[in-house]
Amino acid sequence: MHARPALPKVIKSVVFVAALVPAAALVARALKGTLGVNPAETLQLQTGIWALRFLLLTLAVTPLRRVTGWHRVIQYRRMLGLFAFFYATAHFLTYLVLDQFFAFDLMVKDVVKRPFITAGMVAFLLMIPLALTSTRGWIRRLGRRWQALHRLIYLSGIAAAVHFVWKVKVAMGEPVYYAAILAVLLAARVWWWRSRRQRATSPRPATT
Amino acid sequence: MLIRKPGEIPPSEITDERLYVRRREFMRLAGAAAVATAAAPLVACGSEAATEAPAPGGPVEQSPLAGYKPRVVTTDEKLNTFQEITGYNNFYEFGLDKDDPQRYAGRMKTSPWTVKIDGLCNKPADYHLEDLIRPHALEERIYRLRCVEAWSMVVPWIGIPLGEVIKRAEPASKATFVEFTTLLRPSEMPGQQTDALQWPYKEGLRMDEAMHPLTILAVGLYGKTLMNQNGAPIRLVVPWKYGFKSIKSIVRIRFADRQPHTAWNDANPGEYGFYSNVNPEVDHPRWSQATERRIPGYFKSHRTLAFNGYGDQVASLYAGMDLRKYY
Repeated sequence: MHARPALPKVIKSVVFVAALVPAAALVARALKGTLGVNPAETLQLQTGIWALRFLLLTLAVTPLRRVTGWHRVIQYRRMLGLFAFFYATAHFLTYLVLDQFFAFDLMVKDVVKRPFITAGMVAFLLMIPLALTSTRGWIRRLGRRWQALHRLIYLSGIAAAVHFVWKVKVAMGEPVYYAAILAVLLAARVWWWRSRRQRATSPRPATT
Repeated sequence: MLIRKPGEIPPSEITDERLYVRRREFMRLAGAAAVATAAAPLVACGSEAATEAPAPGGPVEQSPLAGYKPRVVTTDEKLNTFQEITGYNNFYEFGLDKDDPQRYAGRMKTSPWTVKIDGLCNKPADYHLEDLIRPHALEERIYRLRCVEAWSMVVPWIGIPLGEVIKRAEPASKATFVEFTTLLRPSEMPGQQTDALQWPYKEGLRMDEAMHPLTILAVGLYGKTLMNQNGAPIRLVVPWKYGFKSIKSIVRIRFADRQPHTAWNDANPGEYGFYSNVNPEVDHPRWSQATERRIPGYFKSHRTLAFNGYGDQVASLYAGMDLRKYY
């Protein structure tokens, strides 16, 4: 590995702090009592939305890199992914504590019975192995299998978007926009895979 | 149900003081028939905009209601504050978010307001709002409001029994249902420019539900006329049903011999039934209805009661009915 210059380290710290701002803002609003008329709902909605936003940001890294040729953006991907997991965990805790009040038996029943909750739980559970294997040691240990494992993020993203769209009474607005962004990010990958396969099979390189 | 003596809770304890102050900016029609004042602030709201400079479409000020019978029906539960009741609403005509109605409902003009009563009855008529209300005595009804989304509030409504209005119209004996329609005016109701629901919003009750003494047409809360986001100038309140049954800003009441179409039932019949009685035993397909979050609490720890706690009064309406089937 090449030695990293100092500037990206500073940028990384800035991104790290910026990623904590939404969480800090929620805590501050909770302490001041300005989370709105239904504070529990605000906490649940905001942690969920930020989990989804960071998930989409994580998924945007590779397309951004390919489109702009800014290869160093890859070094922020792990952090973005871990923040997605951080907000998803907070979101799960609002469900466990505020909605179910630690009634694990009722929670399990709820998860099994309701597809909208099931989708959210699938999205969250799929993130756990990814977070656990995000360390340098695990990347080395798993080798090529690491990349295969981390493709689970596509499923997690789809489950998260479905969860959000199903949650609302009318499928309109924000949930649909996020689903559309996800669709674009995944479609870009499908398109690249297909064109790579075509290049591999066809004798002529694609013209531009 | 507790019938309380008036005066147990001084109004200053339950009403936001800032509103008392702001009220002075408006015409006070002292001693006038209560609902004659309903339209008054709308004349003044233009000048209000100049002094307070609220966002366009912001809140329209209310006027005080006088001479209502306090606490005709009440509860010993804590009332939700005026800010909670007026700042957290489902009124999709103004947007999907809970604070959209507060932001945008001010655009809706509620004066003049006409309610058409027609269908199967002897005395169909178009009523000016005041003429519809004036013959009846206003009553305060402190009801629990249980939203289908599993949150709840306690609201001090002021209104008149719907049954009395219905009797005046002399419905035909074959009129077994009542249909209600909300104002359709996309220019003032931005949500109606989207297809979130089929507009205008419609709701319906069986005749016996409509005639039940707990069912009211509300014109105010907390001693004043309704804010637009709460369904001004006149709305239905059926306390034993999920909130969406209590249709807002009503322009038409029609008597029918068939079960009318209703907005949410049309939009998603598997999730929202025609009856939609509060029932902890029948879950919404996407969430449990066994518990609720009493605003502004953090925990969804409040047990939901059958018929929202009004079972003693209304359960007999559904004797012999399978409430799982007729949800």
